[in-house]
Amino acid sequence: MKDNTKRRIFLSHALHYAVCSIAALTAVPLFLIVLKVFTAGIGGFSVAFFTESAPSAYKTLMGESGGIASGIIGTLMMLLMASAVAIPLGVLAGTYMSEYKHKRFPAVISFLTDLLQGTPSVILGIVIYACIVVPTGGYSGFAGSVALGIMMLPLIIRSTEEALNIVPPTLREASVALGASFPTTVFRVLLPNAFGGVFTGILLAISRVLGETAPLMFTALGCASVRWDLTKPMSAVPLMIWEFWTDANLQELVWSAALFLLLLVLFLNFLAKYIEKKFTR
Amino acid sequence: MKASLCSSDKSFRIVLLLCALTVPAIALCIIVTLITHSTEAFREFGFLGFISSADWIVTEGHESYGAFSFIAGTLYTTLLALLLCAVLALPISLFCGEYYRGKTVSKFLSTITSLLAGIPSIIYGLWGFFTLRPLIISLGLSEVGCGVLTAATILAVMIVPYAANLSIEFIRMVPDDLKESAYSLGATRAEVIRHVVLPTAGAGIFSAFILAMGRAIGETMTVTMLIGNTNNIPQSLVDTGNSMASIIANQFGEADGLKLSALIAIGLTLFGITAIVNMIGKLLIKRARV
Repeated sequence: MKDNTKRRIFLSHALHYAVCSIAALTAVPLFLIVLKVFTAGIGGFSVAFFTESAPSAYKTLMGESGGIASGIIGTLMMLLMASAVAIPLGVLAGTYMSEYKHKRFPAVISFLTDLLQGTPSVILGIVIYACIVVPTGGYSGFAGSVALGIMMLPLIIRSTEEALNIVPPTLREASVALGASFPTTVFRVLLPNAFGGVFTGILLAISRVLGETAPLMFTALGCASVRWDLTKPMSAVPLMIWEFWTDANLQELVWSAALFLLLLVLFLNFLAKYIEKKFTR
Repeated sequence: MKASLCSSDKSFRIVLLLCALTVPAIALCIIVTLITHSTEAFREFGFLGFISSADWIVTEGHESYGAFSFIAGTLYTTLLALLLCAVLALPISLFCGEYYRGKTVSKFLSTITSLLAGIPSIIYGLWGFFTLRPLIISLGLSEVGCGVLTAATILAVMIVPYAANLSIEFIRMVPDDLKESAYSLGATRAEVIRHVVLPTAGAGIFSAFILAMGRAIGETMTVTMLIGNTNNIPQSLVDTGNSMASIIANQFGEADGLKLSALIAIGLTLFGITAIVNMIGKLLIKRARV
């Protein structure tokens, strides 16, 4: 009988090393992307970058680079508007799903939440275009924030539902035994105890829509000047990148905007991780 | 006293229900809007005709639109991305779920992987265009550098977290006594993985990749920036083309009339495909978890 033990052990070690080295390879793209965005974008960070609005074609030719203030304000306004609606709506809908989890109707809603979450963002863009932009007669920051809000909603619903599902039932029983009404139980006992999970979900939802470009292209459209009015076309940081990325004169502005976006998103992600760790025992 | 408590309970339950009802309302709104606005194109070319035609002629008077080249473009990029993604995601999930299960190093790696999911797609697109594209040109793979291969490579990196995180979970769930009995029969670690871990976790891993595919199909910005944006069926891996999402992103802005309807019809097709893929993925996961 031929003894192939050595070969088998060798193969096993080979697989181990292969798995380790390819797994380590995953860190490479992240590292390269962060490195590239940092080196190309850090030079453009200045006070003017954060306070000036986007340069016009003429100014660009004159060598002025301008800033992304219009994008920052637009992103901020649309995010605030979207959050103001999507967060309470999502948390309450998530509470509903967790309260009635074994009934049939919530199962239907759960299915539709998955459907919404899987919908490509560009489709939300064209639906909002047809439903809001066309009837109201023009592109607006409001339409953009509706698109962002719809993207946030399923994420918040899911995270709230999951966070509430792991709150110990004894807490609810204690609250009910003390004579607390259902709203009191939800707002004073259940949601505070699920706070870590809910808040993490909200942060991740915000960081997800922060970088979204596709749903804004046909809704908020973009705007060259700083604008606070949600009824008019509005810019956003990712929209500015999309607008200028092929412009050879504005490469530094584009990379700086990308760096700004990346830092914001990474910060939100780390914050979410930290809060998750702190609040889950 | 008691009555007022009950009525506040009841009205609060109604408020919860109303909030939850926004989800079906939005879903219905999406479907109805897509269908009503795409009827013009479907009536003009017929559903099958629209899907199977590779024409995209915008000249007035000779307008003819079909989704086939974009469906093909989406299919090529997605499948290639999935293949490349498997090469990365499988080792990661074995690393975190089997070899170094529960160790600090695998927590670190899964954190890095999930950070990949957080990077905005437009930044992936920028990086792909200014870093990967020159590389592909200098390797002599293609002259323009944009194309199916470029888009699929970046897409693969983008969907690694979706495939890996679920796969790790399923590989972790493989019962220890199954593995131990294989070891006690004299199997090496590679043989345990090949004959016990992968077959047991296989259904779950498969569903994880289906869900990752659902992500890749609808990904817009990265593909738009990297696929080259030509309205043809890609003839090779390095050929340029357009995906369903990228043709919408590129041409929706200045479209009207029949072309607008045709683009929304592509949107409806894309919506249908992602919905079906995601549904299959969720169904398989539910089955694999039992």
